[in-house]
Amino acid sequence: MNPNLTLVIQGLAFFAVVWLVMKFGWPHIIAAIEERQNKIAEGLSAAEKARKDLADADARVADEIRKARVEAAAIIDKANQQATQIVDKARQDAVVEATKQKAIAAADIEAQAHKAREELRGKVVALAMAGAEKILKREIDANAHKALIDQLVTEI
Amino acid sequence: MAAEGTESVDMTGYIQHHLHHWQVKVGDSAFMTINVDTLIFTLLCAATFLFLFVFLARRATSGVPGKLQSIVEAVVLFVDGLVKETFHGKSKVIAPMSLTMFGMIFFMNFLDLLPIDLLPWAWASGHQIAGHDPAHAYLRIVPTADLNTPLGMALAVFLMTQYVGITQKGVGHFFGEFFTAPFHAEGPVGKILLSPANLLLRLIEECVRPVSLSLRLFGNMYAGELIFILIAVMTLGAGLAHMSTWFLGFGQIVAGFGWTAFHILIITLQAFIFMVLSIVYLSMAAESH
Repeated sequence: MNPNLTLVIQGLAFFAVVWLVMKFGWPHIIAAIEERQNKIAEGLSAAEKARKDLADADARVADEIRKARVEAAAIIDKANQQATQIVDKARQDAVVEATKQKAIAAADIEAQAHKAREELRGKVVALAMAGAEKILKREIDANAHKALIDQLVTEI
Repeated sequence: MAAEGTESVDMTGYIQHHLHHWQVKVGDSAFMTINVDTLIFTLLCAATFLFLFVFLARRATSGVPGKLQSIVEAVVLFVDGLVKETFHGKSKVIAPMSLTMFGMIFFMNFLDLLPIDLLPWAWASGHQIAGHDPAHAYLRIVPTADLNTPLGMALAVFLMTQYVGITQKGVGHFFGEFFTAPFHAEGPVGKILLSPANLLLRLIEECVRPVSLSLRLFGNMYAGELIFILIAVMTLGAGLAHMSTWFLGFGQIVAGFGWTAFHILIITLQAFIFMVLSIVYLSMAAESH
């Protein structure tokens, strides 16, 4: 129990252990801890940045989608307009064509009628002539009475 | 009466044998003796401690730490925080020194939790096998229950305190404070009048610190060891035929468990107290009064 030389040895041994720890142990542990702290801090900031980037990207995507929607709506509007235009034009064309056809048909009918009338007139003339011949019992000189006949034709 | 007499002699011998160091004389005076057991177990503790805090530390990764490294780092950060909180000067040695104190004292105290008879019994048996007298095979395995260890460490702290005081304040300021603190006076007359009191107080303070620091640790560990010995004595030389053996045996188990559990707290607390007080002394030495 009495203090003896052991205490000197223990004191020196203590200093030796302190020296070893100070020189070879402590700095390594602290360095490892600090490095890890830095890594974690970097990781956290990177994660924060990534989250921000993601939010930015999301916003951009939403913006793009909105723009695309607007554009699509515009295109559809335009297409509708165009379709209406085309239909309108087609209708107008059809109306024009129909009018034209009607006019042609009318002209045709007129021509036919005219022709029929001319024919009829010729036939009436011939009939009248025949009738007149029969009445007069003689042949009317067509050439001598051409002027009279023509007059008659125009009168009919 | 005769039976009681032999039993008490037996018991005293058992206790005394347990409290006897394995000593080697290296000189004529009583001081020139070495407690070999203390040194061996200090060395073992130092090896364990250095394995954890130097060998492992050199391979410490800054990536994901293993469980052992996590424990080492937790202890290091705990000590580092304590030192940074208390010691405001700049010194590279204080934190590793505090860690060494805490770790070494904890490991040395921890030996107290080993069964009190286990290693001495093994040592005595070895002695007997080697053909020596087992009665002279002394072994005390707890280095901190040997006054030399706490005293040696406390003196190391004392020297460190002076060193830190001189390097942090400068020689003139350091020795000047011997005469000007803690009692401050205005004017030269007052200063001269108060200087003897200051010097005396300072000297007493400096002498008391290592003593109180070492005796607190030593006292706790010695008492702890003694109580373990007394618990062991409960069934010393008892035969299974005696009824008392069964009662005392049961009592021994309960008492041994209780004291061991409580001692886990004590060994940690004592290591912690020794470290914290050393840090306080060192920081007081570094700060001007």
